[in-house]
Amino acid sequence: MSVLVYTENADGKFKKSTFEAVSYARAIADQNKTSLTAISIGDVGKDELANLGKYGAETILNVANEKLKNFVNQAYASVIAEAAKKQGADIVVLSNSFSGRGLAPRLGVKLEAGVADGAVSLPDQAGGKFIVKKTAFSGKAFAVVELTSANKVISLTPNSYKVVETGSTAKVEDFSPETKASDFTAVMKEIVRSTDKVSLPDADIVVSGGRGLKGPENWGMVQELANLLGAALACSKPVSDAGWRPHSEHVGQTGIAVSPNLYIAIGISGAIQHLAGVSSSKVIVVINKDADAPFFKVADYGIVGDAFEVVPKLIAAIKEYKASA
Amino acid sequence: MKILVCISNVPDTTTKITFTDNNTQFNTNGVQFILNPYDEIALARAIELTDGGNGSVTVINVGEVNTEPTIRKALAIGATDAVRINAKPHDAWFVAFQVSQYIKANKFDLILTGRESIDYNGSKVAGMLGELLDLPSVSIIKKLEIAGGNATVEREIEGGKEVLTIPLPFVAGCAEGVAEPKIPNMRGIMSARTKSLSVIEPVEVKTFSDVISYETPAPRGQVKLVSADDPAKLVELLHTEARVI
Ligand SMILES: Cc1cc2nc3c(=O)[nH]c(=O)nc-3n(C[C@H](O)[C@H](O)[C@H](O)COP(=O)(O)OP(=O)(O)OC[C@H]3O[C@@H](n4cnc5c(N)ncnc54)[C@H](O)[C@@H]3O)c2cc1C
Ligand SMILES: Nc1ncnc2c1ncn2[C@@H]1O[C@H](COP(=O)(O)O)[C@@H](O)[C@H]1O
Repeated sequence: MSVLVYTENADGKFKKSTFEAVSYARAIADQNKTSLTAISIGDVGKDELANLGKYGAETILNVANEKLKNFVNQAYASVIAEAAKKQGADIVVLSNSFSGRGLAPRLGVKLEAGVADGAVSLPDQAGGKFIVKKTAFSGKAFAVVELTSANKVISLTPNSYKVVETGSTAKVEDFSPETKASDFTAVMKEIVRSTDKVSLPDADIVVSGGRGLKGPENWGMVQELANLLGAALACSKPVSDAGWRPHSEHVGQTGIAVSPNLYIAIGISGAIQHLAGVSSSKVIVVINKDADAPFFKVADYGIVGDAFEVVPKLIAAIKEYKASA
Repeated sequence: MKILVCISNVPDTTTKITFTDNNTQFNTNGVQFILNPYDEIALARAIELTDGGNGSVTVINVGEVNTEPTIRKALAIGATDAVRINAKPHDAWFVAFQVSQYIKANKFDLILTGRESIDYNGSKVAGMLGELLDLPSVSIIKKLEIAGGNATVEREIEGGKEVLTIPLPFVAGCAEGVAEPKIPNMRGIMSARTKSLSVIEPVEVKTFSDVISYETPAPRGQVKLVSADDPAKLVELLHTEARVI
């Protein structure tokens, strides 16, 4: 038995959520006193691959096949399953990213493994069991799930496990499994990346705006605040429904669930569906002119006031703080 | 074109989630169940794609008899017919396995699910179906166009999107952007009563996961309010006390 972790890259760079997954997989390998292999697929340079060692991977299987340069769900799942077989891995870890959500269920079927999606902490393996806590009810609760199969697939919720540097180094092996044509019928035509933006699911800080901001023309100050904090932008559902902001920024029960270190909600009432997607944020700040807005009940810090006065003052205060820091 | 839409029956989004029996059972007392919001999007797109007699839309649910009002709602919205596989949906694997058996016996050109069910949020059924049927699958799509046996889909990725072309048949999990949900009209509601809803029995299959208990998030302490005239105080608290900036 051993542990395999799939490491996802964007344009040849690993993401923070990948290092979280490696750290998490390392800890599971330690629980079982076994080894950790990382698999990387695509065009990743040697220096970047070496970074995986720092977080505890001992062996790195590097799949540099030109055909696999772009993400193809079916083919990647086949390659990862082959790697698991080659390494005798009975536990496969990946990040619960958009791609991870495509891979985990396919791997579950291929490996006849129970799948714990959206894990938020290390498995409890007491008494030979394998029990994982995962998000459920869109962030309103957690489900504690026992995987009863010999093989297991776990996808880790981003921002729920701290990266741990072990300072070790890994050996890199080229891995070129056979691929089958039927895995490549879906063809990627184009990747559109908004490079100037911090990606919402991975962000440490999220600045979010609601209907209280009155219209899309008022997002300038929200954007400025986000830029100052290196934060990603988010919004409430009615804001994206009205077309003020894109759907990809909508958070909540029917949008993206986020768990950043800091969530700043501006002009959002705090409806139960909105809270579902943001309540696992570590610190919540609410700016709302209505002192009775439900959001204050789940906030850590709050300012009761008009966003159009408070946000510019907050921006000025952050600039001052940055200048003095 | 024959489209299959997988639908799940989930607690209404306003539900306060609580548990009973020492946190081992979800408390359904007083909970209203609805058609999963993402499945509404998948269904709406399926109806658009078959508009004007250009094929049929079958909805399928793995559930016990109490899910029938939700299935009837899907018929009222415009599905052609419905299938219920008569079993408790133990986990995503169980659901996907049952649905895959039905698909093997009844060919479809396109299989749609929601991006996730809002109760267990697995995003798993679409990928598992793809693997069970050896078909391509895309977990979270924001756009779906079909022309000449090929689909063009937009897939969500962190901070962007990917555009893919995929030959039919395949499996896709629908999210916002794919279509606007449709509200049933009077005619739809009337005709839903007479549309076919067939009930079939599940096949036996081993499962690999069990929910053993639930937890609710730890409650937060009292909010600390800062004066609207002094946001600098907030910045200081976030730095020195919360240590997040
Ligand atoms: C099936 C379903 C699913 C849903 N899913 C989601 C979801 O995923 N995410 C989501 O967000 N919502 C969701 N909703 C909608 C949700 O119920 C609320 O309607 C929504 O979150 C409200 O958005 P809001 O807070 O921006 O707007 P409002 O409720 O209109 O609140 C605006 C807030 O701004 C404040 N305000 C106004 N002016 C100012 C000012 N000048 N300065 C400061 N504050 C000001 C007001 O006091 C108020 O609290 C869903 C609803 C349904 C039915
Ligand atoms: N019991 C069920 N019966 C039929 N389809 C389901 C069922 N549960 C989930 N699905 C489908 O699978 C999608 C993803 O569900 P999940 O993998 O549970 O997040 C849902 O949006 C539905 O389309």
